[in-house]
Amino acid sequence: MDAQRDAGIVFRTDDVTKVYDTGGAKVYALAGVDLELHAGELTVLLGPSGSGKSTLLNILGGLDHATSGEVWFRDLELSKLNDRELTRYRRDNVGFVFQFYNLVPSLSARENVALVTDIAPNPMRPDEALSLVGLGHRLDHFPAEMSGGEQQRVAIARAIAKRPDVLLCDEPTGALDSKTGIAVLQALRDINDQFGTTTAVITHNASIRKMAHRVIRFQDGKIGEVEVNETRIAPKDIEW
Amino acid sequence: MRALDKKLLRDFRRLWAQAISIALVLACGVAIVLISYGMYGALENTRSAYYERNRFADIFASATRAPRNLQSEIADIEGVWAVELRTVKDAVLDLPNRVKTATGRIISLPASGGGILNVPLLRSGRLPEPDAAGEIMVNEPFALANDYQLGDVIQANLNGRKRSLTIVGTALSPEYIYTIGPGSLMPDNENFGILWMAETAASAAFDMSGAFNDVSLKLTRDADPDEVIDRLDDILEPYGGTGAYGRDQQLSDAFIDSELLGLETMARILPPVFFGIAAFLVNMVIGRIVALERSQIGLMKALGYTDFTIATHYILLAVLIAIVGVLVGWGLGAWAARGMALIYAEFFTFPYLLFSVSSFTYVLSGVLGILSAALGAVFNAMKAARLAPAIAMSPPAPPNFRRGLLDSAFSVMKLSQPTMMILRGITRWPLRASLTALGLSLGVAVLVASSFFEDSMEEIIDVAFSQSSRQDGVLLLTSVQPLSVLADVERLPGVLRAEGQLSLPVRLTNGHLEKRVSIEANWPGADLSRVIDPDGNVITAPEEGILLTKRLAGQLAVVPGDWIDVEFLTGLREQHRLQVSGIVTQYFGIGAYMDANYAARLFRQSPRISHANVLVDESRMDELHHALKETPNLAGLIMLTDTRRVFRDTIKENMLIQSFIYIAIAAMITIGVTYNSARIQLSERARELASLRILGFTNAEVSYILMGETLLLVIVAQPLGWALGALIAWSMSFAFASDLYTIPVILERHTYGFASVVALIAAVGSVLVVRRRLDTLDLVSVMKTRE
Repeated sequence: MDAQRDAGIVFRTDDVTKVYDTGGAKVYALAGVDLELHAGELTVLLGPSGSGKSTLLNILGGLDHATSGEVWFRDLELSKLNDRELTRYRRDNVGFVFQFYNLVPSLSARENVALVTDIAPNPMRPDEALSLVGLGHRLDHFPAEMSGGEQQRVAIARAIAKRPDVLLCDEPTGALDSKTGIAVLQALRDINDQFGTTTAVITHNASIRKMAHRVIRFQDGKIGEVEVNETRIAPKDIEW
Repeated sequence: MRALDKKLLRDFRRLWAQAISIALVLACGVAIVLISYGMYGALENTRSAYYERNRFADIFASATRAPRNLQSEIADIEGVWAVELRTVKDAVLDLPNRVKTATGRIISLPASGGGILNVPLLRSGRLPEPDAAGEIMVNEPFALANDYQLGDVIQANLNGRKRSLTIVGTALSPEYIYTIGPGSLMPDNENFGILWMAETAASAAFDMSGAFNDVSLKLTRDADPDEVIDRLDDILEPYGGTGAYGRDQQLSDAFIDSELLGLETMARILPPVFFGIAAFLVNMVIGRIVALERSQIGLMKALGYTDFTIATHYILLAVLIAIVGVLVGWGLGAWAARGMALIYAEFFTFPYLLFSVSSFTYVLSGVLGILSAALGAVFNAMKAARLAPAIAMSPPAPPNFRRGLLDSAFSVMKLSQPTMMILRGITRWPLRASLTALGLSLGVAVLVASSFFEDSMEEIIDVAFSQSSRQDGVLLLTSVQPLSVLADVERLPGVLRAEGQLSLPVRLTNGHLEKRVSIEANWPGADLSRVIDPDGNVITAPEEGILLTKRLAGQLAVVPGDWIDVEFLTGLREQHRLQVSGIVTQYFGIGAYMDANYAARLFRQSPRISHANVLVDESRMDELHHALKETPNLAGLIMLTDTRRVFRDTIKENMLIQSFIYIAIAAMITIGVTYNSARIQLSERARELASLRILGFTNAEVSYILMGETLLLVIVAQPLGWALGALIAWSMSFAFASDLYTIPVILERHTYGFASVVALIAAVGSVLVVRRRLDTLDLVSVMKTRE
């Protein structure tokens, strides 16, 4: 299966546009994007605000529909799915990490992860997922009892516990200081290394690009430049 | 307009659905204050004005036949300001163009013209001429019900002689605001009328020249009524006095009192419920808004707005909601008051019923409404004012969930995470959850407490008409007659069965406790008029001893086996000590029962009767009425079949209106609480729910979390509502109970069921309205923004 993954293309978009109609004026959030994300790859999407990276991530994650163009997840054409099918797709295939963690405050770390493992077809145990992000000792703590970095690691554990094919992270370190941010990035890197989970990370922080296999730069709703890192550096060596 | 005022108005517009649901609950409270206080004031003011102007007496008494020269002796009793002596007799009426007989109460009018006490208020025509024997003035409702014009002639059987009487006027009397005939349960103006006749004519007709059988007294301000009653009783005793009484036992006045009591009870129990719920809802909504606007509050403070301005801003939002509620409540109250006035007009006849609600009541209800909303807001408004700007502008820490005792229980139960979220939501804010459940339970309680009347009426009708008074009619004799007269009654056409009964006015005494009632003496084996015990079994009075109705036994503080003193107020006015041998269930009036043979033995007389209970062949009713019109010694015929019909119809009609109103009220409470609770759930959990949708939860799964907490509280609220409803029912039954009637608390299982079904439908409906918003939840924005 790993071999197949290595070889395969996980996401493929073909001339994808996303147009917002704001009372007469049309705003192109995505103005024709062709992109492939490969299995096992850790990609960093860079670009200024409004360049379209989040819009693309939302469309890849099944949260939004493209206005035109095709979006494929392996041999599944996302652009043709209805809301119910998109829910199914997200449930089975996608792990999300948000900038603001979005943990359920009334559930402990373990229970927040269990939220996903309860409905996923082939999940790992919640405590296993939490151990992977270094929180094996904080299983029964509630969000209010944890630091921001810890909360984000719980969010990562929640995202990976279903053994997703892809992990989509929107500014995962946006709300964190350098020390906790690095711990979170390390967790993402470990997951990617260990499980080969295709990972896309949106960030404003250009220095993070050095840990990626590939870096895709966005500009005005289009892909400006794609850069491949021959040598990746470890998160701990990133200069914040 | 200041920017902050604009914000206020825009916030209010944005919250319109929640505002309306709260305003409606508040409106109920305002309307009820308006109705109950307004009606109470109107009824009491009108009554006292009427009593004052038409000099309604303070003390009443009747005798068999007393000489008029007692007048000065009575007037000399200390505290007596005025005395009126009259002849008052019931008679069978033969009305033109109808076969059925009616009953008329003939009242003599003093020669002075209208008398000095209980002065009738002329409505049309004139008073009968003092020397005209064939002229009468009738009470207006009787004339209206029978469509009589001045100059119409009716026949009456006066003391065995048939007389033609010409109607020369119509009038109203403070004595007959609630005009209830002998043996009736409700006013029946078609079949019972008051006939005023010149004193000379009335005296002549009833053989009362130089005598009277009815006396009314007006007392001076400092008089002691009990003292006057005792003295009057002493004076009338030799002349068959049956015991004087005050206004509290005057039938018409007692019914108005009982209505006033009802209004007072309503005013005391219901408005606090509505104002309380409205305050709670305002508290919930403003609390949520303050939480949502945390950073705005921080900003306002940073800009230099004072704590006072900020607190006022949020209180004003509540006041705006309250203003809508007050306006709706005023409209609703004014409308309902008109409806109530119509119901009153059906039962009470005032000449100038002042049913306008005073402006003070409007102001009072408005102030109460606004105050309760403001009180609901004040806590959160203060919280907003106290927020330090720096803290307010930073996002709030996540709600502090910690492991509690219940969590171990949850873990053991192996609940799903969504269920856990629901339960933790409840245990994290137990006060809010309890208040929500309490609010919801009040909706159920209102329905239980109002529907119980329906079950109780069924019980009352069953006990009164199916088990106790089973006769078709009661023939009232003009005086006590030997038992043998029954044979004549049985010979009347259409009479299938006749049973004699003897009413004995008595004074019952147990130590210092005393009560004036009537003992009904029945013959063993009587089947038409029976009494039943608290277990629902028919009991007959024992050969010796006396049965008391439950309320009367309570008032005299006796139980079966105790002995009481019985002073008979008729005949030889004997005193006997009798043993209480049992308790009787009876919902109309209070009274006592004994064996008629035992009564005859006590008095050393042959058995006598004062009225006959009859079973009538429906098909020969006309013949019977025809014969009765020609029968002497008959004071009246009460058709219980009519009484039952009127009672059932009136009750049914009023019940229907009442049920509708209470269902609407219960629905309003339930909708107010569930809708707001669900909206707040949605607002608090929107981010959480959107995250779950992103994580792959379906719409149904997310809906479960949203609706779960509210609906769980709805379910918890049901038994609480049943208990509260039963409590309210008990206290209302207790508050309403009087010597006129008692309302048993009968709560059938279907009453609880019905209340819960209404509550559940209203709750699920309002939660589903909120749930629809989940379909348009913006998943994408959750990724980016913080609350």
